[in-house]
Amino acid sequence: MTTVIDVENVSKKFKIHHERNQSLKERLLHPKTGSTEVFHALSNINFKVSDNETVGLIGHNGSGKSTLLKTICGVLQPTTGEIRLRGNLAALLELGAGFQVELSGRDNIYLYGAMLGFSRRGIDAIFDEIVDFSELEKFIDTQVKFYSSGMYVRLAFAVAVSVSPDILVVDEVLAVGDERFQKKCIDRIRLFQEEGRSILLVTHSADQVRQICDRAIVLDGGELIADGPVQESLRIFREHLLGDAIEHDHSGVQSNITIDAISSPTGSFDVRCGEAMHLDVEISSATAYSGNFVLEVFTRSGLLVSRSDAQGSPVNLVPGRNRLGVDFTKIPLLDGIYDINAGIVDTRGNTVIAWREGAASIQVLYDGREDGIVEMDALIRQQ
Amino acid sequence: MSDATSTGVERRPIEDYPVRVVSARPGLSTRLRNLADRRELLTSLVSSDIRIKYKNSALGIFWSMLSPASTLAIYYLVFSFFLKNGIPNFVIYLFSGLLVWNMFQNSINAATGVIVDRAQLVKKVSFPREILALANVGAAVVYFAIQLGVLAIFLLAVGHQPAWGYLWILPISFVALYLFTASVAMVMSAITVYLRDMKHLMEVLLMLWFWLTPVVYTYENSLAAPLHRHGIAAIYFLNPITMIVLTFQRVFYVSTTVRSTVSPTTVLHILPTWPVSTYFYFNLALAGLMIVLFLVSVTIFGRLEGNFESEL
Repeated sequence: MTTVIDVENVSKKFKIHHERNQSLKERLLHPKTGSTEVFHALSNINFKVSDNETVGLIGHNGSGKSTLLKTICGVLQPTTGEIRLRGNLAALLELGAGFQVELSGRDNIYLYGAMLGFSRRGIDAIFDEIVDFSELEKFIDTQVKFYSSGMYVRLAFAVAVSVSPDILVVDEVLAVGDERFQKKCIDRIRLFQEEGRSILLVTHSADQVRQICDRAIVLDGGELIADGPVQESLRIFREHLLGDAIEHDHSGVQSNITIDAISSPTGSFDVRCGEAMHLDVEISSATAYSGNFVLEVFTRSGLLVSRSDAQGSPVNLVPGRNRLGVDFTKIPLLDGIYDINAGIVDTRGNTVIAWREGAASIQVLYDGREDGIVEMDALIRQQ
Repeated sequence: MSDATSTGVERRPIEDYPVRVVSARPGLSTRLRNLADRRELLTSLVSSDIRIKYKNSALGIFWSMLSPASTLAIYYLVFSFFLKNGIPNFVIYLFSGLLVWNMFQNSINAATGVIVDRAQLVKKVSFPREILALANVGAAVVYFAIQLGVLAIFLLAVGHQPAWGYLWILPISFVALYLFTASVAMVMSAITVYLRDMKHLMEVLLMLWFWLTPVVYTYENSLAAPLHRHGIAAIYFLNPITMIVLTFQRVFYVSTTVRSTVSPTTVLHILPTWPVSTYFYFNLALAGLMIVLFLVSVTIFGRLEGNFESEL
């Protein structure tokens, strides 16, 4: 294990100008106008990324994650602190930011490669592979200004992943091209992981973090609030999101509803595959509220098994203690431990009112021969 | 220990790579090293700059030769037949000065707004930002070389010999010109981020600057003469372009005093009558000063660079 990214005490301050004039004439005529405010985008961030590690960087808008990423890539200088990097770094901050639209795809491959810090000879060696990956053979000598936006990002992505960086920094750009191309991109990232390269991925999507990352870092208000296993970091992230929502909630509903506990009438969370299961949920509410109850089931490796909301029919909460029952007619899961998250969302399904991450864990016992998550009961016979 | 990779290229173990440091304010030596490391990017940017300019023309780079050639031809016609100022071969004098001036002016005009114009790139991709300004200077150097070629062809055509004994000073002079141009280009590109109207101011300043430099008129007819009488001719050389222009004129125009072609009895003083050693020492001292200026400019750029993000 070698540290490839070492972020040490990094802080970044921005000056925000209010109606400042960016011209000499205005400054001379009105020297006093405009005021400046200092904004702390990052404060004292510390973490390390080793080779062979894929780290997700999560946080909501304005949490400083893009600033941190740009600082690591060297686009921004930290105000204080230091970042030490080992190996080549390729950043996918904004695909095709370095393209010159007047030039052909071919010329742009070389130009973009040079911007990422790779030599002309180095690009020569992988030129065919880049063209191949981008699937733009026919258009490679066409000026980039005639490309569609999909072609544009495909070319940029192809260059960035083909230069085989030791560190790949990705900022929410995996939504590239059609589904097939997206899969190709994910496959390439998987290959990078197998080769022991480091990947730093910034995203809003918890699912993407679960899918790809080994570890997750959560930023909030420019501070690092969690750094650890994906599950744990995601829990902290969600709770913070909820905490923030409560702060900005003026109706006062959110702070009044909490999910107290999930329990099993038998007292045991062990269940055999194929059996039924009943769970009791206790919710306390200070006001009457009508919303949807949501239940999520995850594997320990972070794969979402199921997310359900009682078929969309709302539950009516009354002031005081409320009890809900959840009935699984048949648990189709295979051997393993599954984590359960529970929450209340509004009837339109876009605001989380209350959430409890890791409310319970169930252990499924299965003694058959199937492997995986779900029991499919496949029958195989010779015909 | 190495393993085949996605690209089939052997990969060095990660421990072998040097550690790079991103810190608050990289020192001068770090900045220079970063610049040197990214010279491939500089050449890429220069070549793309030139390609874009001539991309959609069938004659391509030929246009860039046509423009100075036609300028030279028009000056030749105008000063030989219509605006006779009595200076023989005035067009050579004029063009050797313009060569230097064009390199300076083209660079500064292009570089002043370059960081603002390419804000998207500056905000998204990591590279030493000075390179954008230096690429503009690099493109100007290419045009300078083309113009020099046109001048050489012209000299051959009219059978005019340059001052061979002075020719070797030109590289020193050119280094001074390059460093001065690069320094001003870098600093102006950074200042424009903060003061957007710098571009307009610069146009006016460059016009003034041009007429303060002995390109169209002769050195001996310039402000230098009255300044010299008061013993302060040195002031005239505060403009670094002057010394460089004089050197180029001395090399290509050759004569320091000539007989007027209008009235043959009049003797015209054109260039200072310094020996070759004076030209050498002046140019050497200038180049030395310009190295210092360049280092100072890289430092200034580094200071201004810190807040680009919040200004762009």
